[in-house]
Amino acid sequence: MSKPKLIVIGNGMAGIRTVEELLLLAPHHYDITVFGAEPHPNYNRILLSPVLAGEQTFDQIVLNTVDWYAENHITLHMGKAITQIDRIRRVVVADDGSETPYDRLLLATGSTPVILPIPGKDLNGVLSYRDIYDTDTMIHAAKTKQTAVVIGGGLLGLEAANGLMLRGMAVTVVHLGHWLLDRQLDVAAGKLLEKSLRERGLTFLLGQSTAAIIGNAAGDVCGVRFSDGTEIATDLVVMAVGIRPNTQLALAAGLHCKNGIVVSDALQTYDPRIYAVGECVNHRGTAYGLVAPLFEMAKVAANHLALMGYGQYQGSILSTKLKVTGIDLFSAGDFMGSDEAEEIVLSDPAGGVYKKLVIKDDKLIGACLYGDTLDAAWYFKLLRDGRNISDLRDHLMFGESSVGDAGVAGQSRVSGMQDKDEVCGCNGVCKGTIVKAINEQGLFTVDDVKKHTKAASSCGSCTGLVEQILMNTLGTHFQETPKTKAVCGCTDHTHAQVRQSIKQHHLLNHAQVYEFMDWRTPNGCATCRPAVNYYLLSTWPHESVDDPQSRFVNERVHANIQKDGTFSVIPQMKGGVTNASELRRIADVADKYAVPLLKVTGGQRIDLLGIKKEDLVNVWADLGMQSGHAYGKSIRTVKTCVGSEFCRFGTQNSTQMGIDLETMLANMWSPHKVKLAVSGCPRNCAESGIKDVGVIAVESGWELYVGGNGGIKTEVAQFFCKVKTADEVKEYSGAFLQLYREEAYYLDRTVHYIARVGLDYVKAKVVEDAANRQALFERLLYSLDGLRDPWAERIAGKAKREFIPIKVIA
Amino acid sequence: MNMKANPSWISVCHIDEIPMLGSRVVEHPSGNIAVFRTANDTVFALLDHCPHKGGPLSQGIVHGESVTCPLHSWNIDLKTGQARAPDQGCARRFPSKLEEGQVFLSL
Ligand SMILES: Cc1cc2nc3c(=O)[nH]c(=O)nc-3n(C[C@H](O)[C@H](O)[C@H](O)COP(=O)(O)OP(=O)(O)OC[C@H]3O[C@@H](n4cnc5c(N)ncnc54)[C@H](O)[C@@H]3O)c2cc1C
Ligand code: HEM
Ligand code: SF4
Ligand code: FES
Repeated sequence: MSKPKLIVIGNGMAGIRTVEELLLLAPHHYDITVFGAEPHPNYNRILLSPVLAGEQTFDQIVLNTVDWYAENHITLHMGKAITQIDRIRRVVVADDGSETPYDRLLLATGSTPVILPIPGKDLNGVLSYRDIYDTDTMIHAAKTKQTAVVIGGGLLGLEAANGLMLRGMAVTVVHLGHWLLDRQLDVAAGKLLEKSLRERGLTFLLGQSTAAIIGNAAGDVCGVRFSDGTEIATDLVVMAVGIRPNTQLALAAGLHCKNGIVVSDALQTYDPRIYAVGECVNHRGTAYGLVAPLFEMAKVAANHLALMGYGQYQGSILSTKLKVTGIDLFSAGDFMGSDEAEEIVLSDPAGGVYKKLVIKDDKLIGACLYGDTLDAAWYFKLLRDGRNISDLRDHLMFGESSVGDAGVAGQSRVSGMQDKDEVCGCNGVCKGTIVKAINEQGLFTVDDVKKHTKAASSCGSCTGLVEQILMNTLGTHFQETPKTKAVCGCTDHTHAQVRQSIKQHHLLNHAQVYEFMDWRTPNGCATCRPAVNYYLLSTWPHESVDDPQSRFVNERVHANIQKDGTFSVIPQMKGGVTNASELRRIADVADKYAVPLLKVTGGQRIDLLGIKKEDLVNVWADLGMQSGHAYGKSIRTVKTCVGSEFCRFGTQNSTQMGIDLETMLANMWSPHKVKLAVSGCPRNCAESGIKDVGVIAVESGWELYVGGNGGIKTEVAQFFCKVKTADEVKEYSGAFLQLYREEAYYLDRTVHYIARVGLDYVKAKVVEDAANRQALFERLLYSLDGLRDPWAERIAGKAKREFIPIKVIA
Repeated sequence: MNMKANPSWISVCHIDEIPMLGSRVVEHPSGNIAVFRTANDTVFALLDHCPHKGGPLSQGIVHGESVTCPLHSWNIDLKTGQARAPDQGCARRFPSKLEEGQVFLSL
């Protein structure tokens, strides 16, 4: 089947960013063709100023190399402008006369510099500042000419002037306004800026309007005349008086334009097949001239091009920075202030620092900073969020570091975090996203936050941070997660009650549980079903029925799902010990199935990544190894160090101890993953201190530690007991794990379980009560007895359909 | 030609070949299709592509008339393909029917 054709006109920042976003969402949906008038791949236009200033080279600012287009199967036409869009025949016509058909069209033609309609504008040596060609022309001119006039004291003009000056020219900036950057700064900050630019060697003519550019007989620029009749001599004129959305093509094609191509919140033009993004568009009456809005637009346009159809662009609030090295200024929002608004001003002209914050209705609505922009991002976020700042008021001017720390040790971590800092690494959720959801959607509990933001909903290690954020954001409204909360929305019963009923009433399958405990849903949900499944299995081993449909995909197919829907295969390698034959088979499998990535895991074994689901069973058969259970709420690995057999420090055979433990615990399901380690001496190379059960050998025996884990919140394992023999290591650690299996709530790691019941309780049950310890140990062995390796079962034909897709002969 | 006015049903498998509260993948050149079976033997078909980041919905946990995506746990309504609140998005759905135990899709 041939794919629909997407044509992008404009090989610039907005167009290509949209393509990148689109490739993330629907990599294979379109045949993509890009036309760009410039003879270059996409580069970072905002870095032209550092190139002009000699701080960077063109190669350094290229964003997408020609190879990138090829790798993504994008047809790229550089140096080819589109001259016509034929919307009836759905083709675009290029300047070489060629025609290309489209199904969807993306206009990203950017903007064109405004050229003042004054005499002399076409003379040699009159330039604008928009692309790399202009930049190169200026760099070249600076080599042979001495003086330059830049018309326009805005961002672009000042960056051009600064660059030309650094290239050795004497530069005069002519500006109509009465202070520099009059659209971005108030008069006080503008004057400070002027002072420091004068000190650097620039000359300014403010409040001056240019009447004509004067040329010589050869048609070259030689001077500029102002409306008051005065003149100055110059070899070069750069016009930087503004930009205009480039709508030529769209207008000619009959698309509605009004200071830009008019688009909806979906970035769609009046022709539904045509989208537009970037500086060429007008959205809700605004045409933007900075990149941040373009990136937001790109996300939304891509969402619609990928046929997802729910993204919405609602406009952007802008902030400004000037990229002149050594000058720090920032402004955002309504920084000029008005009669209804209040201003807080800090002015230190001698120190070159000026700060103005504009506040209205207890909200920050504008900021203008000069000389000290450290807190710019913080102010910008307060402004965008429209947060009530009455509580911060007294400290606002002194910046973020002066507020937030309520003096509670645990909280300072969160308040020190910026909104853009990531809280949940698994789902990429930032602090700002969470705070926003809490405020806007009225969230009160960690569960609410999980549901609305996905934070803390995968591995859960950031739950503590999320709790702190809730606390900081809600203050006294925060409700600590009740320790006895219901399993999920399907029931009011707690984990403890579900477990208790299963045990007391001898419930053996899901239907019985849901019925007996009055579940509100017919068959639970993705939260309670796996929990109930575990409680059934752990309470009634060999009696209850495991329900594969109640297991997360990884435990159902015995491999780890990856983001592209392929799987990883990690065979068991007890204690991290392997041999030539296993390695040879792994290598053969890697060749036979063209495995994209072979990786040594942190659990001392080998991961084969990128296996297709339908190949899993064959891969397992060819490997001839057992499942490493690297995908389950189950025993994972027992990490070991070299130990006494080889290591000069080793006191016991830690490697063999690890192998024995891993053999004993094979196929063990548990409330959460369980990791062990055995080190041969207190140097602890196997990192026993951060494992659920960590064993450290000493001259006189073995020390056992419990309740450790790595992660965002690293938990150091606590000393449990010391034993003499290898058999005791097995019995004590087995009994501890069985207690955890019987009593912990689903998805509690050992550290959470111990925190709930207390280490003394665990010690009393396992260390001090020998009879109980032996009983626990026996129950563990009974549960594990006769369990078969899940891979072997599937090689023998179990759950065959799971792995075979249905083919339709149409 | 309007496909909807004249649906052409294709037989894909017997219902017993789909696990109850589970799914099978039907391979199709323009994207795999996930066929789901609920507890009361209703079948639904969605493009096997989560509206969030394209996760394979066929690999998710089926409950009631929803499936939970295996990648980031969005809940998708099997009947409409719509993501349940607070998430937003829609997976393409295909008409399906069950006749004498045989599952038919209209593609
Ligand atoms: C010197 C300079 C400094 C800047 N500094 C900053 C800054 O610090 N911060 C900031 O946020 N923004 C800055 N900007 C603005 C920023 O670069 C633009 O907002 C951004 O590049 C606009 O992206 P775009 O894709 O809309 O347009 P562009 O990047 O201009 O891309 C449009 C492309 O389309 C091509 N094109 C036009 N018509 C056709 C056609 N008919 N056929 C084929 N191709 C066509 C053009 O040649 C161009 O390559 C700066 C701009 C300049 C010039
Ligand atoms: C924070 C939440 C975490 C999540 C969601 C998570 C998830 C995973 C996943 C999915 C895998 C399997 C990779 C694959 O097969 O494709 C894995 C493996 C592994 N993880 Fe984590 N992990 C987390 C935290 C940690 C921490 C804190 C550590 C150690 C400090 C860790 C150590 C390992 C190791 C060593 C492996 C390889 C396991 C093996 O060989 O069996 N993980 N983890
Ligand atoms: S490497 Fe493993 S633990 Fe880390 S993010 Fe990837 S899957 Fe998760
Ligand atoms: S891809 Fe389905 S929830 Fe993210």
